[in-house]
Order: sequence, then structure tokens, then C-alpha cells
Amino acid sequence: MADLRADFLGIKSPNPFWLASAPPTDREVNVTRAFKAGWGGVVWKTLGLDPHVVNINGPRYGAIHGSDRSLAGFNNIELISDRPLGINLQEIKAVKQAWPDRAVVVSLMVPCDEASWQGILPLVEATGADGVELNFGCPHGMSERGMGSAVGQVPEYIEMVARWCKKHTRMPVIVKLTPNITDVRFPARAAKAGAADAVSLINTINSIVGVDLDQMAPMPTTDGKGSHGGYCGPAVKPIAMNMVAEIARDPETHGLPISGIGGISQWRDAVEFMTLGAGNVQVCTAAMVYGFKIVEELVDGMKTWMDDKGYERIDQFVGAAVPNISDWQHLNLNYVVKAKINQDLCIKCGRCHIACEDTSHQAITHTVNGERRFEVMDDECVGCNLCAITCPVEGCITLEQMTAGVDPRTKLPISGTYANWTTHPNNPQAVPVE
Amino acid sequence: MGINSDGGDTASITPNIASGRISAQQESDNFADLHPLLTPFQASVEADRCYFCYDAPCMQACPTGIDVALFIRQISTGNTTGAAATILHENIMGGMCARVCPTETLCEQVCVRNDKEGEPVQIGRLQRYATDHLMASGKKVFERPDDSGKTVAVIGGGPAGLSCAHGLARRGHNVTILEAREKPGGLNEYGIATYKTVDNFAQREVDYILDIGGIEIQTGQRLGQDFTLDDVRAKYDAVFLAIGMGGVNALGLAGEDADGVEDAVDYIAELRQAEDRRQLKVGQRVLVIGGGMTAVDIAVQSKLLGAEEVTMVYRRGQQQMNASTYEQELAQTRGVNIRTWAAPQDLQMTDGKLTGMTFARTRLDNDGRLVVTKDTFSLPADVVFKAIGQKLVSEPLTGGASAVALEGGRISVDPERRTSLADVWAGGDCVVNGEDLTVAAVEDGKVAARSIDTFLQQGA
Ligand SMILES: Cc1cc2nc3c(=O)[nH]c(=O)nc-3n(C[C@H](O)[C@H](O)[C@H](O)COP(=O)(O)OP(=O)(O)OC[C@H]3O[C@@H](n4cnc5c(N)ncnc54)[C@H](O)[C@@H]3O)c2cc1C
Ligand SMILES: Cc1cc2nc3c(=O)[nH]c(=O)nc-3n(C[C@H](O)[C@H](O)[C@H](O)COP(=O)(O)O)c2cc1C
Ligand code: SF4
Repeated sequence: MADLRADFLGIKSPNPFWLASAPPTDREVNVTRAFKAGWGGVVWKTLGLDPHVVNINGPRYGAIHGSDRSLAGFNNIELISDRPLGINLQEIKAVKQAWPDRAVVVSLMVPCDEASWQGILPLVEATGADGVELNFGCPHGMSERGMGSAVGQVPEYIEMVARWCKKHTRMPVIVKLTPNITDVRFPARAAKAGAADAVSLINTINSIVGVDLDQMAPMPTTDGKGSHGGYCGPAVKPIAMNMVAEIARDPETHGLPISGIGGISQWRDAVEFMTLGAGNVQVCTAAMVYGFKIVEELVDGMKTWMDDKGYERIDQFVGAAVPNISDWQHLNLNYVVKAKINQDLCIKCGRCHIACEDTSHQAITHTVNGERRFEVMDDECVGCNLCAITCPVEGCITLEQMTAGVDPRTKLPISGTYANWTTHPNNPQAVPVE
Repeated sequence: MGINSDGGDTASITPNIASGRISAQQESDNFADLHPLLTPFQASVEADRCYFCYDAPCMQACPTGIDVALFIRQISTGNTTGAAATILHENIMGGMCARVCPTETLCEQVCVRNDKEGEPVQIGRLQRYATDHLMASGKKVFERPDDSGKTVAVIGGGPAGLSCAHGLARRGHNVTILEAREKPGGLNEYGIATYKTVDNFAQREVDYILDIGGIEIQTGQRLGQDFTLDDVRAKYDAVFLAIGMGGVNALGLAGEDADGVEDAVDYIAELRQAEDRRQLKVGQRVLVIGGGMTAVDIAVQSKLLGAEEVTMVYRRGQQQMNASTYEQELAQTRGVNIRTWAAPQDLQMTDGKLTGMTFARTRLDNDGRLVVTKDTFSLPADVVFKAIGQKLVSEPLTGGASAVALEGGRISVDPERRTSLADVWAGGDCVVNGEDLTVAAVEDGKVAARSIDTFLQQGA
């Protein structure tokens, strides 16, 4: 039986599923319910200094729905905890005492001066919390006050604050990164340079989820106006995974523990993040949409998958995909695939044809011998995958590797050797092959 | 006599009962799977329709309380094995229930999708998708813990008995199932309509259940004939009674023993066990008396076997029938006539052979009581099936020193399924409030196993 126990920076939890710092972890009642439901840990909703912030009283969330009302993306303009610091600390202490086997990490966001950080850290330490997460990510509201992503967008600040924190606490320090930057490796390197124990990512992405065309204002709308919010949920997962992977494979940060966040809704999402180098994962939107019970699916799904694959512990697959993340220039140009349409499965909708005809390589027929029939012409097919993605029938169009003979499109023989762009004759910067 | 308001002069009819009314091809088409296994794509689309409701109504409606929302979410995340485990943890016969439960009056009736779309999530078919997948994979969901050293006799190897046996085995106890028939499975094996459980599913499921270990089945062991309740109480630490309802209610008419007058359940058992269904004797004109699941099943299957005219006759209206609307429609779309508000009066015979039956029209009086009128009509028939309910054969339970208390002809039990005897539990069709559904029998067995386990541990 698979063992899901996780050890992240020495912080132990019965499974690698933590709730991210957000409304689900805002108070003792929520967190207690979450632990009862089976969550392995929480990062408490970000604490700031007193006097506590105030939230707007208009709607703070927006969303992108599918046609069946399933949620693709989620957006918020909420601030950090809007309750007094003392109450939060008291509740954190009580929760940690009641649930010693769960991870309780406290997210912090205070002004960018050493005294503020030096002041709050001992208070958190006194609660018995397992660690702190520095919120350098909130892209709205707090950033206007020089906190959140305003810090996270300046690597020098990240390094400086991380160093202060390491100096003033014995607790593990996790730096939560904002995705609202051009290259996530720089803030990650800065966190490492500041001696942070780990990074977590991503926080939310600057977004406007919709415009109210009657009010001519962004949604969600407060009294006729709207501000940009932070985007999260299933839609952000690819962006988050790429950022995790970038940090995992960057020689400068390789090996730096990562807590993966962004769009995790089911066990497979979590496993994918972990194969890309995340030691554990955090979830917010999925819990907000479905409730804490989804952790049962996450835990059981990961366990079943591990049993099927013969993994006994999670560290056996953490980072397993990292060696296979490559740069484009190193992909094998001698690897040739052709699309193949399974005529038994084909329902003859013709979407593959028109996709290829209009926007790709005119490689799919629409009529064969006077009959409506869709077949791939290997002499035109570049193997781009568009038809397979467009096809409504899963598994009907597959991309099959050519392993011998001549590619009818390029008229070049299929070669078993590996060759990439760096040595290609068309590359002006090509290095000649020995 | 012989003067009919409709249906002609029954005395002039020559009985026509014959085998081989259908071709081999018709036989295999007619008895094919009613609701075939969903394809992975169908399952994925259907699973996606589930809203993952809070405190889901479907879960409340399921007599075994399966966490429907969770198992469907597991299917939609590709964790079919986990989905099946979620099902089997509450209902070890999740596979059979997926096939035979009247979901239209249980989980699917309360699906919130009905409200705006009139189409519930197809919970039953998704449940089958998960459990079939698990059984095909051969994976085990339960591990038997260390032997507790305790022994329990389960009398009757139907859904209630098997469920209880598994619940006990899963807790380390040693179970002996004493079953009167040749094969275990109860009505899953001998009663359920053929097209609901094809490919020997009943026995395959029994094998899957027994695979946990610690359960021994002795067939050909009938309580009251081969052993008594005293015997088993002396020999085992606890006893679970799950003998179903072995008796059939009689019409109370003269000539009930004549050729052509049959018990529906007996005929169905024969049908279920037939090597070659085409060899079964089938009437040309068949009457079915009753309005429940058994009546629908015998009517439909008679039609599928090639009977020309099949008519179900029920003494009240279609709304009052025990068979659900879905089942009634199944009968009607298979060509079965349904006649209501008619009560059996007489069986007509010629030379000791059945030729037809007379009915009196009924109605409700002002107080809602059923009144049988003097207005009669006759219908010709080669075969009349009695399907007006079964009853508990209670003699073996009340005869010896160990007598269990009955109530209204069935065994009286408390919410934990304890009988009046401290070491005897009971469940399934043989108990009071038995809902006469497979799923209810499974729940009884599950609840009883829990209670017996507590009892055995206290006794330790
Ligand atoms: C024709 C028919 C169709 C049905 N269709 C459906 C359906 O589609 N869906 C649904 O949910 N329900 C259906 N039912 C009801 C369902 O089959 C029963 O509710 C269910 O089988 C009850 O389970 P049980 O274990 O209590 O009894 P049974 O299934 O009757 O099992 C009792 C077992 O005890 C054995 N036994 C009996 N007497 C003794 C004895 N003295 N000693 C030892 N063993 C004994 C029997 O041989 C049998 O194996 C149908 C019933 C019938 C008759
Ligand atoms: C309503 C809301 C409030 C949030 N508040 C915080 C916060 O206080 N501190 C923080 O670090 N992240 C906050 N986040 C970001 C989440 O912790 C998480 O990083 C992000 O939502 C991505 O994960 P997801 O796709 O699982 O939601 C918030 C997110 C949402 C939706
Ligand atoms: S979710 Fe709760 S707090 Fe928010 S708008 Fe609805 S009722 Fe109000």
C-alpha cells in the first residue's frame, strides 16, 4: 500500500495536500473542518499587522464558466486577513495543539522593513506553527501599498526580506512567488540567495475576468467600478507548472524545495506538479468550489495511482519528469510522426479536415472515391497534432511514429540517429558535428 | 359461465404450450444486456454531469448510503478502481445493485439534475462501470485481518446472507453459509430478470465476494430439514437468518394445481438456470396476475420467449403497482398488455387443462377501499402465472426450542437487525419492513454484520 506521508522541510503531514493561504484557511472553524475532512496541512490566510485591513463589501470574486457552469478560472480582489492579528494567533495556536500531526504554516505580509518582520516572527513562533510563508504574491490591493507582488517583483527585496526572516526565526521560511514577472527563475534565485528554505508558487495572476457591458466596467463590479484581480483555478495550472519546472531545472535553484500551487483540482494535477519537482502541493480554488471533501478524491486517487505504478512513497516520483524537460533546441529533429485516423472510430464530422485545411498543412481529405471520408495524406502531414486535438472522439486520431523508410513529405530517409537544431545546416549558429 | 364481456368463449380454446417459439438469434437478441456497460467516453461525459452536491440527495436515497458524488468524481478523474472501492465499502453487491436497483425510484429520482433538465445523472450505469472495471482487473479492495476465532452461521446465501458474511469476514470472523439450494446468490441467481444480469454475473460476483477468505459455503443445507436453529445456535457464536421468502401467495381459486397454472418465481428460476432457453415450454397466450417486479419480469420474459399474447392483470390501477413506471414501460414496450382494476375470479379448465380465466372489475369506494364488482370478463390463456407476492416459510423458525418472534408473517427485528433471540440476527426479504429489494437486503446484511461484530467483541 502506498504511503502518502510527506516531509516538506521537516514539516510532516499525513499527505502532501495542503490548503493554500486563502479563505479556506482564514479561521479556526474552517481549518478544523479541513483537518476533519483529511487535509494534510494548511497555510493560514496571510496575516498582516494591526490595524487589520478591510475588504470591500461588494463582490470580491469573479469566474470564467464553461457552458455547463463548470468553473475554468477564478478571480479575486480579496485582501489578506481582515481580522485582528491576536485572534488569528490565538486560533493558530489552538489548531496546532488540537492537530499535532498536521502541517500548520503561517503566511505573512508586513511592510518591507526589518523591524516589522522582526516583530511578527516571534509571535508566530509562539503559536507552535511549523513554518512561515512570505506572501510576496498578492497582485491586487496589497501591492498598491508596497507589499505582496510589489516585493515579489523585485528580486533584491525578496532576498533581503528572506534574509531578515531567516535571521529572526528558527522556523522554516517558504517564499511564495508571484507569477506576475517575466522570468520566475530570478525571484527563485533571490529567495535561495536570501537563504529561504523553499519557494511556493504560484500566487494569482493579474486578471480581468470579464466586462459588464451595461455598466462598462470590469467584473466583479463595485459601485460601477472594478479593479484587476488575481486569477487562479484550473486555467492557471499550465502556467504554474511551467514555472515550477523552470525552477526545478535551473542549475542555480535545482534541489530547492518547491511547494506547487495553481489550479490543482484532482489527484492527477497534484501528481503532475510533483513529477515536475514540487515536494508537496497547495490547493485553494478547488476547495472553494467543491468544499473540503475533495481531499478524499485527491488522497485516494494518488494512492491508487501509486499502487498501480508500484510507488511506495511520494519521494519516489517527486521530480521524476524534471530530467525530461528540455529546451526546444535539443528536441530530436529526426523523430517523425504522422497523424492516423481510425476509420472505425471516425464519426465523419470533418473538423480535422477543416482545421488542417484552413490552418495547418492541407493534409486531410474530405472525399475519397466520391464518399465523405477523412484520411491523412502522409506526404503533407507535418505531425502537428492539431487534428487529434480537434477530433471530438478521444483516441480516434493518433500520432504514429515512423521508424523506417522515407518520410513522404520531406523525401528524407527515417534515421534512427538523434539530431537537433544546434547542428542543423539551416541554423546560422550551428556547431558542426564532429 | 362462458359468457364473456370480451375475449370470446374460453372453453373452445385448445391449450397451446410449446417450446422452441424463437430462433437462436432471437434468443440471443432478446436476452441481451438491457443496459450495456458504458464506454469510457460515455462514462466520462456522464460523470462530468455530476455536480458533487453537498450532502448529496442520491447518497441519502441509496439504502446502503453509497457516497455517490465521491465515486462519480473518482470516475471523472480516471480513478475507476477507487470509485469501485468507494461503492463496495458501503455495498459489497454494488455490481448487482447497479444492474437491478430501481434507480428511478431511488438515487436517480432525487438527482438535482432532474429539476432543470429532467434527466438525472445515470448513477446506476456509472456504478456498473466502476464495479465491472474493478472485477475485470481482479484487484482486491478488502484485506481480511487476523482470525478472530469467532464463528457465525449465516442461513441463506442470497444478497442479505452474502453481505453479512462479507461484513463479518472483513472483520476477521469465520462464517459458514448454510444454503438450501445448489448454488449461492439467492434471487440474484434464481430470480432477477435474465437481461439485467447476463454472463453469469451473479456467480462471478459471489466469487468476488468470497475471495476475501474466511467464508465457507455449504449448499444443499436447508434449515428445518437438514438442521435446526437449535443446532446452529449451539455450534456457532452467532446466527444470521437470511432465508428470503420461500413461499408463494396463492390465488385461492379452485384448480390452482392444474397444468398451466404456475408460480412465476419457480418458472423464472427454471428460466435462469436453463442451459437452452428455447427448450422452455411457453404458452401462446399468457396471463400474469400481479403488479410487482416479479409480474413484470415474468410477463416480459414470456414475451421474449415467444409468447404471442401476454397480459398482466392487476386488481388496482397502474399508479398503485409496485413495479415502477420504468418497469411498466419496459413491459409495455416489449409488447405486454397491462389490464388494471380486475380481480381473479375463476380458472377455466378443459380436461384438467387451463383454458382461460375470469376476472371481476374492481373500483375504489368513497372511503378508498377496493370493491370487487359483479361485472366480469374472461380472457383466454394457456398459462397463468401467479405473481402476487411471496411469503416467509416460518415453520423452521418457530418450531423448535429456539423460536424467533414474528410480526405480520415476517421476522421481527430491531434497527440493528437483532431478532428476539440474543445471538440471532436476521435481514433481507424475511424480515419485517423488508423492502423486497436487493439493495435493502445488502444493507440489512451490512448493518447486522456490524452489530454481530460488536456482540462478538463484547463476548470476547
Ligand atoms: C422475480 C424477482 C425479480 C426481482 N427483481 C428485482 C430487481 O430487479 N431489483 C431488486 O432490487 N430486487 C428485485 N427482486 C427482489 C430481490 O431479489 C430480493 O429482495 C432479494 O433477493 C432479497 O435477498 P435475500 O437475501 O433476503 O433473499 P433471497 O435472495 O431470496 O435469498 C435467500 C436465500 O436463502 C435460501 N434459503 C431459503 N430458505 C432456506 C432455508 N430454509 N435454509 C437455508 N437456506 C434457505 C435461498 O435458497 C436463497 O439462496 C426480485 C425478486 C423476484 C422474486
Ligand atoms: C479568494 C482568494 C484569496 C487569496 N488570498 C491569499 C492570501 O491571503 N495569501 C496568499 O498567499 N495567497 C492568497 N490566494 C492565492 C492562493 O493561495 C493560491 O496561490 C492561488 O489561488 C492559486 O491556487 P488555486 O489555483 O488552487 O486557487 C488567494 C486566492 C483566492 C482565490
Ligand atoms: S458565499 Fe456566503 S458570504 Fe458569500 S455571498 Fe454567498 S452567502 Fe454571502
